[in-house]
Amino acid sequence: MLQTRQLEFSYDGKMQFHFPDFSCASKESWLLLGQSGSGKTTLLHLLGGMLTPKKGQIIVNEQDITRLSSSQLDRFRGQHIGIIFQKSHFVKALTVEENLVLAQQLARLSVDRNRVQSLLDRLNVGHKLKSKPDNLSIGEQQRVAIARAIINKPTIILADEPTSALDDHNCTEVIALLEEEAHKAGATLLVVTHDNRLKTKFSNQILLDQEIQKL
Amino acid sequence: MNIFQISWKNIINKPLNATLSLVLFALGVGLISLLLILNKQIEEKFEKNLAGIDLVIGAKGSPLQLILASMYHIDAPTGNISLKSAAPFLNPKHPLIGTAVPLSVGDNYKGYRIVGTTPTILELYDSVQVEEGRIWENVFEVVVGKVVAQKVGLKLGDRFYGSHGLMDNDDLAHDDVEAFKVVGILEGTGSVVDQLILTANQTVWAVHDHGAEESASDTAATHDHHTHTMDLSKPLSEYPEKDITSLLIKFKSRSFQTLNMPRSINENTDMQAATPAIEINRIYSMIGDGEEALRYLAIIIIIVSGLSIFISLFSSLRERRYELALMRVMGASPGKLFLLIILEGLLLAVIGYVLGILISHLGMSVFATQMEETYRYSFSGWSFLPQEAYLLVGALAVGFLAAVIPAIQARNTDISTTLSEG
Repeated sequence: MLQTRQLEFSYDGKMQFHFPDFSCASKESWLLLGQSGSGKTTLLHLLGGMLTPKKGQIIVNEQDITRLSSSQLDRFRGQHIGIIFQKSHFVKALTVEENLVLAQQLARLSVDRNRVQSLLDRLNVGHKLKSKPDNLSIGEQQRVAIARAIINKPTIILADEPTSALDDHNCTEVIALLEEEAHKAGATLLVVTHDNRLKTKFSNQILLDQEIQKL
Repeated sequence: MNIFQISWKNIINKPLNATLSLVLFALGVGLISLLLILNKQIEEKFEKNLAGIDLVIGAKGSPLQLILASMYHIDAPTGNISLKSAAPFLNPKHPLIGTAVPLSVGDNYKGYRIVGTTPTILELYDSVQVEEGRIWENVFEVVVGKVVAQKVGLKLGDRFYGSHGLMDNDDLAHDDVEAFKVVGILEGTGSVVDQLILTANQTVWAVHDHGAEESASDTAATHDHHTHTMDLSKPLSEYPEKDITSLLIKFKSRSFQTLNMPRSINENTDMQAATPAIEINRIYSMIGDGEEALRYLAIIIIIVSGLSIFISLFSSLRERRYELALMRVMGASPGKLFLLIILEGLLLAVIGYVLGILISHLGMSVFATQMEETYRYSFSGWSFLPQEAYLLVGALAVGFLAAVIPAIQARNTDISTTLSEG
């Protein structure tokens, strides 16, 4: 589960963001909607433990991650938070399989190659196990990115504009896949987007309107 | 899959980038290591063959040449001296001289020098023993060094003709006289005697006098008669009309008088006396200058290769900043990213080092073969030095220094900013 309380953030003390409080239970899927510049990505990075808020609490799995030391946060991120980025990035020198194994290792979890294989099979990219990420199509890369986000059975899955580069057909498919996998992993799914196609697909929505104060 | 393997895969993922750094690194390390091995082995040869010889007396000319020809058997002799002038030094009752070894040089067999001398020469070189057979007792009997026996395949009882001069040349074979007969093979010592064919001075005279006499008389009778006039039991001083090439002298003890002896010989006789220690130091200082220049060149190459590792890591970071941020997202600590880049630098350095050592030792083997063909000295390409371990430490230091700035950059990767860029 994921919960925020009185979250505030500021870039260099110039722009100040106030975020609404929200609480998402396990196995729920949420949509975070907002226009460009509304602080969507900032919120995602705060939730992912990649930025430190100025004020407030972020509670993931009953742990306030704003209170963790940086090394505790690194480990927590690896084990409990799965992130899918707008563009899929991989360690280019490693194969698809090695990238997933790396995710297990960096989170200091034991390596489970069977899970890697079965997960990729389920996402229809099992045959790309030994390929380098650069040799995959955009769609395949997206699936591998999803696999990497859920490989460690995280508590929350954050997806940043996962559908912006996809056509309608793939958009529907990827969202279905994400929901299904998040559900299987028992995780909370939070999709951050300005893609209006998704509005109808999620019943739980958070709307980020202009809560930014320019100081 | 550990961080070491990730570093390795990053390197082989960009083979061209790595190649330039590696080639430069290998060249630098190779050059330094080659200099070390060469220096060491040449010094060893010189030291080993000093054999406690205090003075070399021979014909006037270059003292260095006299030393090289008489002690190391790599240069032509300066000429001959008459036994008449050399006789005082051969006198066993000489108050200062402990050992005096007369040498008659001028012939070879398949490039190995035939040296006419007395059995006392064996004492000079750690009292080398005859391993098989016995020492020469008659004219035309020879004792061969271990290396000669092995390389040429000479065995006890074998007969062969020497050829005139110091380089192998079949056209100059002395096949008009009696053949040499192998009566002994020396044990191997690693010193210059291993590559010599030793015989009595009288044998060398017999071979050469014959040539001179042949023009006057042609009969087989004179032939036989002549060779048998040489009697090994008579001391050399009984042949004042004969020549020798040089004398190796070892003093009983060093004193003021022995210190003055070279000067007095050089000033008062038509011979020259050369002190090995002085001449060898001259060689060292000559080699030293060239070696120093090469060493600086090698150090510059290594610095440039370090720079090339730095540039290739630094520019790869620009390309890899997303994946570094990604690794942070996946749970890697900043220290891990630092280590990842440092390991890449160290790996390149180690591979470069291994290649360099391989190059130098291969180079040394090639050089060793050449040296053996030209001078009959055997060098080894595959002996390793403790200094090469220090070189590894140096290589690692260069790899670390080249990687440290990129590694700090990697450690400081800001996840949020990097990922929101793309």
